[in-house]
Amino acid sequence: MTVSEIQGISGEEGDFEVRILKRPRYVDMEKCIACGACAEKCPTKVSNEYDAGLNKRKAIYVKYAQAVPLKYSIDSEQCIFLKKGKCRACEKLCPAGAVNFEEKAQEITINVGAVIVAPGCEAFDPATYDVYGYGKSPNIVTSLEFERILAATGPFGGHLVRPSDHKEPRKVAWIQCVGSRDIHAGSRSYCSGVCCTYAIKEAIIAKEHQKGALDTAIFYIDLRTYGKDFERYYNRAVDAKVRFIKSKIAGITTDPATQNQIIDYIDESGRRVEESFDLAVLSVGFRSSQEAITLAERLGVDLDQYGLAKTSDFQSVKTSKPGIFVCGSFQAPKDIPHSVIEASATAAEVESVLAQSRGSLVRTKEAPKEKDVSGEPPRIGVFVCCCGTNIAGFLDVPGVVEYAQTLPGVVFADKNLFSCSQDTQEKMADIIREKGLNRVVVAACTPRTHEPLFQETVLNANINKYLFEMANIRNQCSWVHSNDKDAATQKAKDLVRMAVSRVGLLEPLYDPEISMNNAAMVIGGGLSGIAASLNLADQGFPVYLVEKTDRLGGNALNIHKTWQGEDVQQKLGEMIGQAASHKNITVLTNSELKKVDGFVGNFKTTVETNGSERAIEHGIAIIATGAVESKPDQYLYGTDPNVLTGLELDSRFNDRGFSAEGIKSAVFIQCVGSRIKERPYCSKICCTQSVRNALRLKELNPDMDVFIIYRDMRTYGLREELYRQARAKGVIFIRYDFEKGLTVDKDNNNIRVSFTNYALNRRMEIRPDLLVLATGINPIRENPLATLFKVQVNDDGFFVEAHAKLRPVEFATEGIFVAGLAHCPKPIDESIEQAKAAASKASALLSKEKVTVEGVVSRVDEAYCVGCGRCEQACPFNAITLVTREGGNKVSYVQEALCKGCGSCAAVCPTGAASVFHFDDQEVLSMVKTAFE
Amino acid sequence: MSKKTVASVLVAGGGIAGMQAALDLANSGFYVYLVEKSPSIGGVMSQLDKTFPTNDCAM
Repeated sequence: MTVSEIQGISGEEGDFEVRILKRPRYVDMEKCIACGACAEKCPTKVSNEYDAGLNKRKAIYVKYAQAVPLKYSIDSEQCIFLKKGKCRACEKLCPAGAVNFEEKAQEITINVGAVIVAPGCEAFDPATYDVYGYGKSPNIVTSLEFERILAATGPFGGHLVRPSDHKEPRKVAWIQCVGSRDIHAGSRSYCSGVCCTYAIKEAIIAKEHQKGALDTAIFYIDLRTYGKDFERYYNRAVDAKVRFIKSKIAGITTDPATQNQIIDYIDESGRRVEESFDLAVLSVGFRSSQEAITLAERLGVDLDQYGLAKTSDFQSVKTSKPGIFVCGSFQAPKDIPHSVIEASATAAEVESVLAQSRGSLVRTKEAPKEKDVSGEPPRIGVFVCCCGTNIAGFLDVPGVVEYAQTLPGVVFADKNLFSCSQDTQEKMADIIREKGLNRVVVAACTPRTHEPLFQETVLNANINKYLFEMANIRNQCSWVHSNDKDAATQKAKDLVRMAVSRVGLLEPLYDPEISMNNAAMVIGGGLSGIAASLNLADQGFPVYLVEKTDRLGGNALNIHKTWQGEDVQQKLGEMIGQAASHKNITVLTNSELKKVDGFVGNFKTTVETNGSERAIEHGIAIIATGAVESKPDQYLYGTDPNVLTGLELDSRFNDRGFSAEGIKSAVFIQCVGSRIKERPYCSKICCTQSVRNALRLKELNPDMDVFIIYRDMRTYGLREELYRQARAKGVIFIRYDFEKGLTVDKDNNNIRVSFTNYALNRRMEIRPDLLVLATGINPIRENPLATLFKVQVNDDGFFVEAHAKLRPVEFATEGIFVAGLAHCPKPIDESIEQAKAAASKASALLSKEKVTVEGVVSRVDEAYCVGCGRCEQACPFNAITLVTREGGNKVSYVQEALCKGCGSCAAVCPTGAASVFHFDDQEVLSMVKTAFE
Repeated sequence: MSKKTVASVLVAGGGIAGMQAALDLANSGFYVYLVEKSPSIGGVMSQLDKTFPTNDCAM
């Protein structure tokens, strides 16, 4: 439901009534074909919010070319007719008759079991402050405006120029923490969590645009690249000569002659410096929008002091109101992968609340019956897409259609304005039926995004979806040859001819269905493993929770409090109790995996418990084997009892007998063994842990001198509040010069910490009674699960997810998921979220009786197979095994559920026995042959 | 505990978080109403050029 807004809610968890106001779009979504004729003639130009205000759009518009739904709508606040009663140009010009000014707003009521709130945040408006000069020169832009400047779909077509004169800049500056980590009115005191890394990204990309001939400088307070692989990204920027300047900004002024920005800043030693840049980018932070706050109020959800949804660390996606959950940046500022994880975590919560009614409202589509076309000669239809002007603007579409009609086997060819629009889909299905087509080619964009859609169209016309082929005449033709229409047209013809030659040879294929065992195995009994198990068990699935040691709890058994001050031992104890007594959970302590066989839906795993083995059948597996705190071999650790790691100090706090009375001074050293060459990642949690523990020491003994010696304080997101409190309570923070080294030794029986103070550029010494080393997190070395489940680990030793942004809890192999520290360092709240996200992904499989797997798999013709085993070695998915047939012949056998159809086996097979369905030699070679005709 | 529950969910907001939550729930057997105040879904992520740390296209 677009252009819609929630008005109010009644009822309770499991059974809510929600009132929604559907505002008029003034365009009939069924009729609109998104041709754009309306916008072309619309006389009203307004600021284009999609391009962050850098250019104009019309009052009737689509946000961007790939918008979903791709249907125009009228901005009622800008339309002249709606405001002044005159115009209606769009209505007259619309060829589809889609414009409807009679449309009225309507309120509807829907009945739902739960609500998820994900309104996001808006960017801080830097015009609030004159210090940044925003609005005074077009060459002072926000980071979001800069994204649009860089984007190929942006106002300058992806050409990096400055707005004032459209000239390429030679020097660009980024100003960090604009509207974040700032207690002045209008700003937010928290850290927005993403700006450091996005500024690095923008600087790297900008340099690529300008082929390196660009001077980039990032003005920052602390560089916070704390996420997975972010520190490497930072190092890459340093190597690419992006300048990082730790500073305070005094002001930005514009030189009227050059339109350059003079950045006036105070460097770390307190010197006032001025430097001129062609373009200044303000790295603006997040804040909750008024609309989001209103939404929360209407739903009765409590907000915190920042206007974000109030949550706790152990229940970080639950709002104050039962049945209403929150995810994304409205929960707290966060990046994309974390938002995706959190979204899945809310889904998991809802799935457990509504488990008993699952499936009762789902509308399943009846699969169309397929026509048997075997034995028929090919009757090929070719649809050539204009893609608006994306294709038709750069090549001769009617010419390509005419050419297609002459190709062998083609009985129909025509063009579509937008092949992917809903009405065209229906029209195509009708044509396929009418003309009796049995093979279809769509010459349009990329199969990566659109093949499934067109396969469905073909299927809706009762033709097997594999009797379809796409020719990519946009991404690989019109876009790249936009300046040579004749050549582009010729290439499009070649691509269509190749597609037609292949489609005639294609055979129908059927996606095999495999049965699904609805039990889950969770490996690792730490907080993540327990959280995932509890969620799945609450959803009604049997869970085997396997733990190597003799008790559940993992690292959390040593942690004192979460960053928000929640008692970890109490909450962990409750969760362990629930897991132990849950009727759907079998806890196996002192247990280890010995062998894993099978594939999604049908795993058979051998678990050894106290020396005896048992085989367990399960449908999915979640790997939550955690990580360990690194133990240093330096700084007197292990030789002096007053030198502890962060976790050891936490553990002392848990000990009721602990007293801080004798401790007059304490020093925390950050990044011990982290962010170094041998371990080039940030462990994310240590800054917050040290600040929290420093505050605890101050609480126990307010007279204690507490120092935190750091490189960058990375109390990201809302954790910044702790950092602020610690400074207010007198904890002393000293940034030390990493290059100049830090030593710890004994001087007359005292611990002596020596280092170079960065700001003062002089050596300092502290003699603390207690030295705490923030040592970071190590992965489990040579984790046997990587081999058992055949899943990858990265260079640091953490498991590699299927996609860093969009599939952060899945592995490339289906049915296996990852959560917690095994994935990368993260705090308690994020570990629990990821565990729930893994449970949500798992439940999508476990809730089904059968799952379908891809039909494009390899096959081995046993008549030609000589059993050499090369394909078995070449297969990256372990889908091929050698089996012995009657008479002792060895032949290769393909397990279809594991096969990804990559074709490695076919490439190495010496006899031609191995091939891939849908991509056999004849099909591929005919394309190659016709390409050179 | 055996109170009857409705197997549909409302997701308010069609950005990356809302879309992902909606997809998960739909894949898991629940009917989802995805409510978005603007004319199209996609949110702020659709405005980004590339994404860190892989420099993948945001669109």
